[in-house]
Amino acid sequence: MAKSIHDTPMLDELENGPWPSFISGIKRLRDQHSDERINGIANDLLGQLEHSYETRKGYWKGGTVSVYGYGGGIIPRFSEVGAQFPESREFHTLRVQPPAGNFYSTDMLRKLGDSWEKWGSGLVTFHGQTGNIMFIGASTENTQHFFDEINDYGWDLGGAGPCVRTAMSCVGSARCEQSCANEHKIHRTLVNNFTDDVHRPALPYKFKFKVSGCPNDCVNSIERADFAVIGTWRDEIKVDQEEVEAFVNKKGRQYTIDNVITRCPTNCMSLKDDDTLEIDDRNCVKCMHCLNVMPKALSPGDDKGVTVLMGGKRTLKIGDLMGTVIVPFMKLETEQDYERITELAEETIDFWAENGLEHERCGEMIERIGLVNFLEGIGVDVDPNMVSHPRESSYVRMDGWDEEAEKWFSRKAEEKAAAG
Amino acid sequence: MAQKDMRSPIESGCPDGFQYMHPVMLKNFGQWKYHEHPRPGVLRHIAHSGDEVWTVKAGTQRILDVFTLRKLCEIGDKFADGYVRFTIRSNIEYMIEDESKVERLIDALEGAGFVVGGTANSVAMISHTQGWLHCDIPGTDASGVVKAMMDELIDEFKNCNMPNRVHITTSCCQINCGGQGDIAINVQHTKPPKINHDLVANVCERPSVVARCPVAAIRPAQVNGKPTLEVDEKKCICCGACYPPCPPMQINDPEHSKLAIWVGGNHSNARSKPSFQKLVAAGVPNNPPRWPEATAIVKKILRAYKADAKDWERINDWIDRIGWPRFFELTGLPFTKYHIDHWRGSRKSLNSSSYIRL
Repeated sequence: MAKSIHDTPMLDELENGPWPSFISGIKRLRDQHSDERINGIANDLLGQLEHSYETRKGYWKGGTVSVYGYGGGIIPRFSEVGAQFPESREFHTLRVQPPAGNFYSTDMLRKLGDSWEKWGSGLVTFHGQTGNIMFIGASTENTQHFFDEINDYGWDLGGAGPCVRTAMSCVGSARCEQSCANEHKIHRTLVNNFTDDVHRPALPYKFKFKVSGCPNDCVNSIERADFAVIGTWRDEIKVDQEEVEAFVNKKGRQYTIDNVITRCPTNCMSLKDDDTLEIDDRNCVKCMHCLNVMPKALSPGDDKGVTVLMGGKRTLKIGDLMGTVIVPFMKLETEQDYERITELAEETIDFWAENGLEHERCGEMIERIGLVNFLEGIGVDVDPNMVSHPRESSYVRMDGWDEEAEKWFSRKAEEKAAAG
Repeated sequence: MAQKDMRSPIESGCPDGFQYMHPVMLKNFGQWKYHEHPRPGVLRHIAHSGDEVWTVKAGTQRILDVFTLRKLCEIGDKFADGYVRFTIRSNIEYMIEDESKVERLIDALEGAGFVVGGTANSVAMISHTQGWLHCDIPGTDASGVVKAMMDELIDEFKNCNMPNRVHITTSCCQINCGGQGDIAINVQHTKPPKINHDLVANVCERPSVVARCPVAAIRPAQVNGKPTLEVDEKKCICCGACYPPCPPMQINDPEHSKLAIWVGGNHSNARSKPSFQKLVAAGVPNNPPRWPEATAIVKKILRAYKADAKDWERINDWIDRIGWPRFFELTGLPFTKYHIDHWRGSRKSLNSSSYIRL
């Protein structure tokens, strides 16, 4: 037991109510854990948090803490009120990369818990918003010990600061019928190609990879990733007409029309008089809605691949940006395909490292220099899939038109020859 | 410790998830045929091989103490073959082959205080950031806001009564680590930073702080003979971007750091392109320990959405159909001059048509 327990009247309020309480969890560490070090940390952590609740202010400041050989991966936290709460005075977080798809065995979770209890506060989150396992609360010295221990059995730090960050992927092919890609392989191929850039922050700002197996985009890649990879397909949606009929019989014609047919963003579906479904696949934009509503009747096609979008980010500095289509479709089957996407990521990071301003995300750089300059920088040809519509402004010098048109025709001819 | 005694890291990067995957998922990888949703919190996936996997999803307190982690593992060992995964909203998922274990697994989870639900058209677990517990720049707590709010929304998590899924997010500053949500509760500062001029020169790299400001409101200055920074308070948008690189520019204020509520952020491409969230309410008090004012507004929005939206409409789809005037009418929230955007690209958010629902 800690020597004297801080009063926490405001935090105690968060032990009421039916949702599991993190305060009760921290109190368990304070009151029931066999290690006095952990009792003391939990007590002072609660004390400082109560102080924050009372004064409505935070009391952690950053600093410089890392493990030997790395420059990042630790979020340093030193208390500004450490004199009052000395046992949680140093309370750093270790960001640890989860396995692709966030799968764990209970044996491994226990092992991580045991190591963490030995060196840290006993508090952990699966996962933080960047996608890391967050081991919250270690002293500067123990940060190294804990890392050494878990690094020996297969765990590595993620990114923090201006570097390639920990990546994310959805459950994907492991359990989802909508998956059009091997999310876990893409995730690991990309991020593990940049371990040096993960561990030694030297880029303009953060760079995130996120991989979703289909356009439902369960890992929010378009909104949050500098490099978003989304599984898709380019042949026809597979329709099981018997299941369509079964759906119509069960839910009703009107329900089917109102909830499937008319919700199609490109109006490419029709429910025929005999209750069979007709899809104009040429105009399907792979929005996923009909597949979500009728998963038993409709499935993605067989000619699968991915779309790559770049430049998504949150608010600071210039405002929220969605990613922009850079590769409308590419296959990801052979090792050469994987090499191609890795090279694309390398070209992008190299170009941005060279041209991005300090603290400027890739998407902000694209906004500043224009998409065309970015595409030229990374060696990608323009494509009408990259825009919602062509330019509306005539304020542009276009004396290179003939050459550009020629490039388009020769590219089309090459594509035709390659396909032919 | 001398450098020669230091251990060099093994740069193994992201671990292979396949080693921790349930055998039935491994066996049917990429071969799933369809899924069903037998009850809230439970998914049944059927593979082309005829194999099936039952998933039970449960909400937790997210900040897990080792006792809770071990309890989750114990349940996993007893009922789920020792395999789990976590969703990006920090729910735990157990995957099992044997349907007969589903009920017992649910009982064990609920018996231990976890909450089974969060699937399909429910209010999912609120995704949240670090807050006062661990962040260096937070205007509020995250875990506390989420706990207080989930206490009130627990029935919507445990049941699937919403028109479509609802993702709620929180963020403790305007960097918005919580991301986009159908409903987002984010800190919104309302006053410029208070500058401790004695510390700026020693703590901050002044040119980078100047460069961080989105509206160029910060400039170098001398105060009491010391180099420092000053803020043009007429230009300042109170975003707090200067605070992380320069802590003496204190943006957090117990009274004036408020919460704002945003709706209609949708990451999915389903039905329409992904959308960003839009401001609906601001000036909401940052009121620990239970933030009742913010929760009341969220519940008001959810009530209107639940009553008025059609099946499969996410909040953004619903508002696209009914229009913003009707949204403000149905929720009783005020429409103010602050709702009209003036940031770059904002002309596209103005109505340049005669499309008006009269």
